[in-house]
Amino acid sequence: MTGHATQPTAAVLRLSADDNVVVLVRSVAAGERIDVEGQEVVLAVPLGLGHKLAARAIKSGEKILKYGVAIGSATCDIPCGGHVHLDTMQSDYLPTYTHDEGRRFSASA
Amino acid sequence: MSILRNDAYLRSDGRKGIRNTVLVVYLVECSHHVAREIVLPYRDRGVHLAGFGGCFPNSYAFHMLMALTTHPNVGAVHLVSLGCEGFDRRGLLERIRGSGRPAELTVIQEAGGTQASIERGRAWVEATLAEIESVPRVAMSSDELIVGTICGGSDGTSGITANPAIGVAFDQLVEMGAACIFEETGELIGCEQIISERAVTEELGRELTRSIEKAARYYTVLGHGSFAPGNADGGLTTQEEKSMGASSKSGTSPICGLLKPGDRPSAGGLYLLDVVPDGEVRFGFPNTSDPAEIIELIACGSHLTLFSTGRGSVVGSAISPVIKVCANPETYRRMQGDMDIDAGRILEGRASLAEVGAEIVAATLATAAGAETASERLGHQEFVLGYKQFEPVGPACHPSGR
Repeated sequence: MTGHATQPTAAVLRLSADDNVVVLVRSVAAGERIDVEGQEVVLAVPLGLGHKLAARAIKSGEKILKYGVAIGSATCDIPCGGHVHLDTMQSDYLPTYTHDEGRRFSASA
Repeated sequence: MSILRNDAYLRSDGRKGIRNTVLVVYLVECSHHVAREIVLPYRDRGVHLAGFGGCFPNSYAFHMLMALTTHPNVGAVHLVSLGCEGFDRRGLLERIRGSGRPAELTVIQEAGGTQASIERGRAWVEATLAEIESVPRVAMSSDELIVGTICGGSDGTSGITANPAIGVAFDQLVEMGAACIFEETGELIGCEQIISERAVTEELGRELTRSIEKAARYYTVLGHGSFAPGNADGGLTTQEEKSMGASSKSGTSPICGLLKPGDRPSAGGLYLLDVVPDGEVRFGFPNTSDPAEIIELIACGSHLTLFSTGRGSVVGSAISPVIKVCANPETYRRMQGDMDIDAGRILEGRASLAEVGAEIVAATLATAAGAETASERLGHQEFVLGYKQFEPVGPACHPSGR
């Protein structure tokens, strides 16, 4: 079963017609050129599969739509093909903690 | 409805097990070592370790251990008490014996200490393993099966491969008459409306919404949601994004009831398990890790659990087998010894959602018929139980039970 992965032609997947983000279906290297729904995008950093890219330019404060529903809001302007992640969007409900912030809990130890 | 097997383990309450486990249970952390030593020589012979670490009594913990020690997958129980903890050991022993199961209690302070207690426990386990071989064996059909689902170590692939594939499997299992339980109201935050609209009655819909709002309040007090740093590394950003992916495990069936830990589904169908405590925030995080949620699904009667993982969780569980559905094809290639189903094929165009859903149903039926899962083969028997506080559910939460 393993080792026979066929590389899909598209690097990204749209989950719903209403979405303004698409999802990477394979890991991509920094500098790699990929097609995001007809627009050629050069990635600045390597990204793992499952990460989101803007399907079009998204303005700061705009809702991020995935699965056809809002999963948070943009915290800055994001260009088409830009990485939509913790540094460019936030929850409309609860703060999200990362490994970096986790270190806060060990800083005094 | 279809026959799962002809040799299920019949219990005196009429429920049927797909495993015949001997459970050794410590009733306070101070008796954990003795209980673990009793299990050690028998760990490959279906003897599992469970317990509660706290010295102060807690009605949730008692209710949970009562449900777990009389679970249909459990054939016999040995309780291990230090002697001075607050747990009602006699009350639990009486209830297990009342269920017709062989049950024994070792009180370390009365038995003469560590060595004497270990020897006493092992002698009982040895004799009891032979005794429970004569449990009546009967036919069990799919409408007698209870299946739980959970996701852990989620990433950006979980919500587009393994979780919706489990949803497909849940729809088919509900169709076959099984009771299916999804859980973690904290991972439904942001999906209140979508979930409540699926309730079989408006009253139940309101209860479902309330349970998710309760989770949002609870997690807000604690400072953050059910979201681990690994989730973000895997491409997820927010609680509501994780929620949308997590909720797809439930499939598309109507939701016919709301359970709390230890409540059993009254009939086949889809149920939501509310794992977030009632009242003010008292004992910290609702569940400190995935195994605690699996144990709550088992306390609701789950014969087995479907576990979706993207980052790569390795856990199994005491009492009931866990089937691991791996969402991420890269993770599967790295950790396939821990996985039962390769759902990441969907992303690489090597399988459809329907095909993986059918594989999950097949694995569920095979596991119910006795086949070992990856985590069982690897000896995983995780068990976590902490302090909580719950109010009983009201009549609106189980419309079919009235």
